[in-house]
Order: sequence, then structure tokens, then C-alpha cells
Amino acid sequence: MPTEIMDREFVYSGHVGCPGCGATIAMRFVLKALGEKTIMVLPACCWSVITGPYPLSALKIPVIHAAFETGGATASGVRAALDMQGDTDTTVLTWAGDGGTFDIGFQALSGAVERNENFLYVCYDNEAYMNTGIQRSSSTPYGAWTTTTTGQDWKKLRKKKIVEVLVAHRIPYVATASIAFPDDLLRKTLKAKETKGSKFLHIYASCPTGWRIPSEMSVKIARMAVQTNIFPLYEVEDGRRYIINYKPKEYLVREYFKLQGRFKHLTDHDLDQIQQMVNEDWELLLNKAGDRV
Amino acid sequence: MKRVLEGSHAVAEAVRLAKVQVISAYPITPQTHIVEILSEYCTKGMLKAKFLRVESEHSCMAALIGAESTGVRAFTATSGQGLTLMHELLHWASGARLPIVMAEVNRALAPGWNIWVDQTDSLAQRDTGWIQIYCEDGQEVLDSTLQAFRLAEAVNLPVMIILDAFYLSHTYEPVDVPSQEEVDQFLPPFVPKFQLDTAHPCGFGPLVPPSDYMEMRYDIAMSMERALERFDEIDTAFAAQFNRRYGPVQAIECEDADIVFITTGTVTSTCRLVLQDLRAKGEKVGILKLRLFRPFPVEQIRERLKSAKKVAVVDRNFSFGASGIFTQEVRAALCNMSDHPTVFGFVAGIGGRDITPELLEMIYWQTKNSDVPKKESVWMGLREVKNAD
Repeated sequence: MPTEIMDREFVYSGHVGCPGCGATIAMRFVLKALGEKTIMVLPACCWSVITGPYPLSALKIPVIHAAFETGGATASGVRAALDMQGDTDTTVLTWAGDGGTFDIGFQALSGAVERNENFLYVCYDNEAYMNTGIQRSSSTPYGAWTTTTTGQDWKKLRKKKIVEVLVAHRIPYVATASIAFPDDLLRKTLKAKETKGSKFLHIYASCPTGWRIPSEMSVKIARMAVQTNIFPLYEVEDGRRYIINYKPKEYLVREYFKLQGRFKHLTDHDLDQIQQMVNEDWELLLNKAGDRV
Repeated sequence: MKRVLEGSHAVAEAVRLAKVQVISAYPITPQTHIVEILSEYCTKGMLKAKFLRVESEHSCMAALIGAESTGVRAFTATSGQGLTLMHELLHWASGARLPIVMAEVNRALAPGWNIWVDQTDSLAQRDTGWIQIYCEDGQEVLDSTLQAFRLAEAVNLPVMIILDAFYLSHTYEPVDVPSQEEVDQFLPPFVPKFQLDTAHPCGFGPLVPPSDYMEMRYDIAMSMERALERFDEIDTAFAAQFNRRYGPVQAIECEDADIVFITTGTVTSTCRLVLQDLRAKGEKVGILKLRLFRPFPVEQIRERLKSAKKVAVVDRNFSFGASGIFTQEVRAALCNMSDHPTVFGFVAGIGGRDITPELLEMIYWQTKNSDVPKKESVWMGLREVKNAD
């Protein structure tokens, strides 16, 4: 069931995102769904810059820029103040990158969702510290080159399964989404908006600059990530009920990998290994979802 | 109404009377009594505030930054390690011009673990843009906390109310607790000068290039200077209503004193006793108690010390490689005065060791019997230390 894409815009021209920036596409869709009664907490990430320098802002909602590791905590304070003022309608949205979510902001995020603070935390995932110049994070996938995993030291550790960590907190709603599936992304954002308590959206947001891909490939790569089962689309309610939203046709991971400069050093053997890892993760997910596909 | 209260509870009473709307806190000894009772007040509805039981002091200050930016009065309390963990966000709170109020119970820093009094934790936050007020007794704690909200909101800068661990935080004293009506008259509800508002969307704290950043910082510097005037105005208004006045510094028998002790916190009370004994022996001695540390009341200090020949600064803190921190500040305040008193620095009571009347008398006689200081700071009451280097 396709969701109607709203005409309203909250991301304005003059933002300073790179051409093809997946994070900018993600922001545009999420704000369309959330609407004007939204306050954004923005810990350090690419988007701290993309909004543009003082005194301008490319976002037409109130934004509080926050210290790198404070996305969950700052939002808790904003929510508390709104509640004390009797405003329970306004959505508090934390918008953080993978570094601010998987790594440095992990504690504050865990603390906030353990308290089941009534807010939506969005992690737009471009799989490295892109704002500082493509350094590896715990979200960087197995096999990737970054400026801190170069040459033969390409990353040989697997990406942290952040969604499963959030599910373990048993919060009301956790979901993955992708810029290549806007209907699904909008539907999940609206569902999160209507759900009370802590909500977490993990949005796959391709990065042409950091992934060494042409800017026009941004959405195609994002689509392939879903179609290969590298980034499955699914949602989890109350830490228990898994629903897989898209069951892809058979598609080999090597098709996805060979399009990206960050993986060009990988051999056929490496790609076979990665295929096995992806298959294994998909099996695990299928087991959790049962027949809810 | 007079009540017998711990220093910690004097803070909590002031916070209740100030009608704080958001409290965020993380437990650390010896601060815990403050937030335990506030948590209870919130549960019982005696204080209509949201109490955030956060997972660290860092998140605690981040939550208050979020809350205060959304237009409510916010408070926390911490100590030692907790304060130093907050350090990054202390800069953030002042840079964002948020009038947050925090009670800080001075605690020594690890290693080794030491929960007792030492001022190095708060003095290490000297350059964070927080107003700092050091307190001597429970009444002063309650009164200073009430004044802190009004001062913070007048200049849009955060205020730290500082108490000695145990000697003040856990000591019971009679404290006059004003009524809610009296406090409401002194401290009206918080009216934010700016706030996050969906009807007027603005971006707070974005990327600021060199062409604008410097002016923003100078604006903070100007507000800090203005805070000295506001401090006096608020002190005067408080005195008019409650008949208690404290000042940025308090001079005790300094007019004819040749030697003046410079003290902070509860050491002042011990020193008052020593002063009586020395005066009885005919010694011309006074005390200058420092309350306000940032902004530093340079003019008031110069004025009170203009006729002194020597000052003896008692530091319950130390900056390694330099000297006691108050000693540095007092020296800097006096150095451009012609014919200023000689500054003798003494380090005492580190990590909660007692500063006894006998020790203060030793400081006095050492100061009186020396023409010039032997060292920048002399450590008092030390056992022999065999340094390995």
C-alpha cells in the first residue's frame, strides 16, 4: 500500500549536503511525515554542517545542535520541558549519524530508551565518520576501506547490529528503513510518530563521497542493499514481534560490492565469505520473524 | 521558619521554593542527599517537576541543556568525578546562554578514591563560563541558591553553588526557611529570553564561522562583567526582604588589620575562632572571605586589602606545577596595585584532612614572621614525603 507523499517541505535549498547525499534524502522524507510540530535534537554529524552556517538554517523546524554523545540525553530534557508545559503533541526527534549512535552516543541512547522517553531517535547510517573524513565506526561493514582502515588493514570486523541492541531494550517500536523505499520510510515514520514511548528508526543513507560511488548511484546502491539482504527492511514491536517488510528475490552481494570503490580490494574469496555472513544474518532474522513476512 | 537542616537539605529546600520544573541527576557521594530528597518531593507532589534519573552526569547536564533550551527552570547537583565528567557540557551550557543552576559539593578527585572535601574539582571548571559561589554555612547555602536562579536568569549564564563535602553538606544547623509567598515575591517565574518553539523555528548552536564566533564569546564576557552588578542588586533586594546580606566578599575586621587571612567555604568558620584568639592577644588580623569566584570581584578585593601589609591565602586545592588556585587569583588581582600586600600561599586540608585552629595559627605566625614567601604555596600539616623521581 503506497503512502501518499506529502507536498510539505521542511528541508530548504541552500543546504550544504554533497551531491547524492543519502542523509539529505532521508531528512526530507522523515520531516514530511512528522510535520511542523517537531523539535529536532541534532548531535554532531554530517547534518550539523548540512543545515548551513549561522545565521541561516536549511531546516524549517526548531533545531538544537547538541554535543556528539548527547542525542538521547538532550532529547530527554527537551521532552521533559515540553511535558511540564503541557505540550505532549510535539514530536521530539533526535537525528544522529552512525558514529553518534553506534559509538559515542550509545550510552545516552541506551539510557534514554531504557527510561522509555517519549521521542523518536533516527540514526541515518552512512557506515563511517563521514563528516570528519571517512574514518571507520562500529557501523562500518566487514570489508570496507576507510581512511583509518586502509590497504591490507581494511575492516575485518562485522558491523554492530544496532537494531538488535535496541530491540533488547524492549521499546515500543524499532524499524529499519531506506532512502530507496520512500513509501516504507514514510509509513514507518508515521507509525513511530503515533506510538508513545521510545522509537528507533535505522535509515540506510548512502554516501557517494565516502563510499567512492558516483552521486547518481546513491539510491540504486541503497535499493541493492535491501535486495541483497545486506540491509533488510523490517520492524519490531515491543521488543518481540518481528515483521519483515520486504522479501527480496535472490540477488548476490557481489553485485552490490563491485559498484563501490570502498570495496574494490576484495577478492572473490572475500566476497564468498561476506555472502555467507549475509545469508547467516538473514536466516537469523527469518527465524525471529517466523511467518510474519 | 527555623528548621534544623543539613547543608544538602538547605539546597533542596531552596530548589523546592524556586519551583524548578526539570531536575536531572546521577548519584555521587557526597551530593546524593540533595537529589534524594528532591526526588521524594517530586514523587509526593510537593514539587511539580519532572525528575530525570539519567545514566551519567554527562547525560544529566545534556538533559538540562535540552530542558532549559525549551524554556523551563532546571537544576542538578553533583560532586568530584561527576563534575569533571560534565566538563564539556559546562562549556556548552554557558555558550548556549542557559541559566541552569547546579549545587556542587566539593570532593577530592581520584585516584585514590576520596569522597572528602577538596576544591580542585570546581576550581578546575574555572574557565567554563559558570558563575561560582562558595558557601560557608547552611543558611548561606539556602539563600545563595535562591539568589542563584535570579542571577542566572538575569544574565543568561549558569550558576554553581559550592559546598564543602560533609563539613557543610552533611552538617545540621538551624536554617531559616522562608515561606513560599516570600520566595515568590523575590523570585518570579522564569521567563526565557529565547526557547525552542515550533511556532518560531530557529536553529540553536549551529556552525559559527570566525566572522561571528568571536563576538558571541565577547558577549558572554560582557554578561559576566555585568553579573557583578546584578549580583549586588540581587543581594540588596534579598537583604531588603530577608535581612541577610552576603556580598561577593565579606571582610571581617580588615579595617586595621596588618595581616588578612583569605578563606573560602567552611574554613572561614574555623578562622573566625582563630581571629578572636589572635585579636585577644593583640594581633592586628582580619579575614577576607571570598564567596564569588567567577566573575572574580577584583575591585572589592583590592578595596578591602588596601591597608593590609600581608595576606595569607588558605587553599584547599592545588594546581600542580603552579600553586594554590585562590593564591594565584589573589596575586593576579593585586599585582597592578601600587604598594599592594605581600601574598603568602598555604595549601591545607587536601582530600578532607582537617584544617584545625592550630594549623591556621601556624599559618598566621609563619606569615607574620616572614618578610617574603618561601614558596608560591607552602603545604601545611604534611608528613614527610619521599619523592621517587
